[in-house]
Amino acid sequence: MRFRFRRLATLAPLAATVLAMSACSSSSDAGADKNTVTVYNAQHESLTQAWADAFTKESGIKVVLRNGNDFEIANQLKQEGKASPADVFLTENSPAMTIVENAGLFADVDKATVAQVPEQYQPSTGKWVGIAARSTVFVYNTTKLTTAQLPKSLMDLADPKWKGRWGASPAGADFQAIVSAMLDLKGPQATQAWLDAMKTNVQPYKGNGAVMKAVNAGQIDGGVIYHYYWIGDQAKTKENSKNTKLHYFGNQDPGAFVSLSGGGVLASSKHAEAAQKFLKFVTGKAGQEILRTGTSFEYPVGSGVAANAALKPLTELGAPSIDEAKLNGPQVVEMMTKAGIL
Amino acid sequence: MSTALSPADAPYSGAGQRPGLPAQGPEARVGGRLRGRGRRAPVGLLAAAVAVAALSLVPLGYILVQTVATGWDQAYALVVRPRVGELLRNTAALVAVTVTASVLLGVAAAWLVERTDLPLRRLWAVLFAVPLAIPAFVTSYGWVSLYPSIEGLRGASLITTFAYFPFVYLPVAAVLRRLDPGLEESARSLGHSPLGVLVRVVLPQLRTAVLGGALLVGLHLLAEFGALQMIRYSTFTTAIMEQYQSTFNGAAATMLAAVLVSLCLLLITVDVLLRGRSRYARLGSGAARPAPRVRLGKAAPLAVLAAAAVCGIAIGVPFVSVGRWLKLGGAGLWTAPELLPALLSTLTLGLYAAAVTTAIALPVAWLAVRHRGWGSTLMERCTYLASAMPGIVVALAFVTVAIRYARPIYQSTLLIVVAYALLFLPRAMVSLRAGIEQAPPELDEAAKALGSSPLRLFGRVTLPLIAPAVAAGAALVFMAVVTELTATLLLAPTGTRTLATQFWSFSSAIDYAAAAPYALLMIVLSIPVSWFLLVQSHRMAGR
Repeated sequence: MRFRFRRLATLAPLAATVLAMSACSSSSDAGADKNTVTVYNAQHESLTQAWADAFTKESGIKVVLRNGNDFEIANQLKQEGKASPADVFLTENSPAMTIVENAGLFADVDKATVAQVPEQYQPSTGKWVGIAARSTVFVYNTTKLTTAQLPKSLMDLADPKWKGRWGASPAGADFQAIVSAMLDLKGPQATQAWLDAMKTNVQPYKGNGAVMKAVNAGQIDGGVIYHYYWIGDQAKTKENSKNTKLHYFGNQDPGAFVSLSGGGVLASSKHAEAAQKFLKFVTGKAGQEILRTGTSFEYPVGSGVAANAALKPLTELGAPSIDEAKLNGPQVVEMMTKAGIL
Repeated sequence: MSTALSPADAPYSGAGQRPGLPAQGPEARVGGRLRGRGRRAPVGLLAAAVAVAALSLVPLGYILVQTVATGWDQAYALVVRPRVGELLRNTAALVAVTVTASVLLGVAAAWLVERTDLPLRRLWAVLFAVPLAIPAFVTSYGWVSLYPSIEGLRGASLITTFAYFPFVYLPVAAVLRRLDPGLEESARSLGHSPLGVLVRVVLPQLRTAVLGGALLVGLHLLAEFGALQMIRYSTFTTAIMEQYQSTFNGAAATMLAAVLVSLCLLLITVDVLLRGRSRYARLGSGAARPAPRVRLGKAAPLAVLAAAAVCGIAIGVPFVSVGRWLKLGGAGLWTAPELLPALLSTLTLGLYAAAVTTAIALPVAWLAVRHRGWGSTLMERCTYLASAMPGIVVALAFVTVAIRYARPIYQSTLLIVVAYALLFLPRAMVSLRAGIEQAPPELDEAAKALGSSPLRLFGRVTLPLIAPAVAAGAALVFMAVVTELTATLLLAPTGTRTLATQFWSFSSAIDYAAAAPYALLMIVLSIPVSWFLLVQSHRMAGR
């Protein structure tokens, strides 16, 4: 092993430079800074980053993101308890907010922020607020299915004739939220039966985007996803959606579920004031405008901001009326584990 | 590539110096205690080594404690359920198919390069090692974006075989190069046909190398997440990740981890059993002449075609795919604001991990070589055992332990660096052991006799002697960290993103173009490893 140690030694200054450079850059995003909000983020990273950048520009307060999934972070917050480094928690769906609220970890949301969001988009407790909304849809391949062949209800997908023909992303919080709506509307027995049938019928994918891509490629006939994956792809290159269309279940069906993304401030936050400011910004005019004009294509829910014109209006979706704060995520995960899906 | 047993181990298995199985050195065991040549190990060194060994048992301990805490009934319900059976079938089928295919491909490639007059064989010898520089999840990304319909056992075994066969190829090639042709000639003169010689003389001598390579392929398969998740092939590792996303560190995740760990231990046991006690070494390294090469004759073009096909599949697919997305994405891809910070974090974590890993490997390696005994061997084996654990298991254990008992280092750079160190210890150990074995202890004794203090002795005598080995081990750890995904996803400090996690995030969102620069950077940073391994295995053959 006598090899060129000298040559390797010349790498040492290079290594030192890298460490010095990163020390500079990491000191700027360390969470210990007083003027920094640490956001545990389960929303799409690009959307929250856009919120964070606009907020920092307006207020001078820095925002650091720790990205993860709804339930992953909710349970993480539970275990971290009072010593959590998080200031704000943002989700894609409400069941995770409920977990954290039930654990008693949220502070009250500032009155001014609560006032920005209509009553139906927040829990009566005032512990968190809705920050955006998304609609369940059935994306289908137009060469494989005619409109007459579309499922009338999400419940129909349990039928044996759908075996192997539809896809979903069951490990994702999105799909789990849809099932929690079903649990709320149809009860545990019907939901477990549906999940058991789903285990046989479904083609599982990793992420809603992957489901849509598979539908577009004709690998499956259709898939249960949220609306904005399709709208977003249509707005870009249509590469993963050109052979597909959206089917809205409507009729207060579980498949017409409109899911509420939530935001809350942790009671243990050491930067509570800045954290409340951030949440106020997100639900305020400027924050909600980002939903209308940006590339997320989620529905705005606060400050009277209208949805992007490409979206089917919220009021025309025929969504079932559900108390979003009552959705039971952990039970759904347990039921899905029992069905062998997870 | 989150398993710890590294590609670096591969050439050593060929040399009969597999990690965990200390080569028989000139030193005799003295009693059963931590003594070598009657010298007692320094207390400080001993304490450090014991601490490292203890640390390396954290993941295994975590699984045991959690299993007990879960309670028998719930644990039983979570382990004995159809989903686990399904995962078991998937995982076992993948390991069986890919290990078999990798062995066939690796041995065939090594034989072509080392024992035939294959045209351009020096070029092929290098190309067959290149897949090691391409992270398996980049290979998978290459396939998925070129052939979106790839899936199932067929897809998974295709991708992993061509990503992992060099683990078999490298050690087998190294052994083939060193085999004494005298044995084969004797067999021939005793009336064996050429085929008989191959089966009865050559293949048995390859056994250690093949088994070492096969074990590495198996452990990597058990730990693989990205490559399989990308084509929707569920194994224990992908299922644990999904449970983690749905529950954080819930009981279901831990019980799946317990089954996965048992599978790892099973593989290691099978390996030890198959290895047996037979010995093929000869006394003294001697100076064997190179074996005569088989003339391929008319089969030569066919062999070249086959070699080209293997390289085309293993290297061509990922490169063409990354290149295509880079072209489609245009120059804008390189100015993405996340790119430079991700590169910097990756380099930083890599350097820290390289430094820490080598530092903590040193006491264990030192004891294992200079103070051989059951104690030091046990400690050394502990570190290898721990690093056979998949990244996801180590990460799960570290998150939970830190959140409960070590809050100050929770979500810190230190925690992730220690996890890397645990995962990649063997890379440093293998190098260090070799280095220390070659540093004559007489020099230490001379310095001591001349009145040198222990610290001065280490700085002036020992360190310069083992410096190349230290550097080599550190470089290997660095490269492993660059492509680590699962542990990084769970343990990275808030706000820290690496090349691997950014690549994963973009490719999960089906933004293949944005992911391409990260793939390329990871390959560029990994290429030195392949080169290093190749050079090292050649050097070993020359010895």
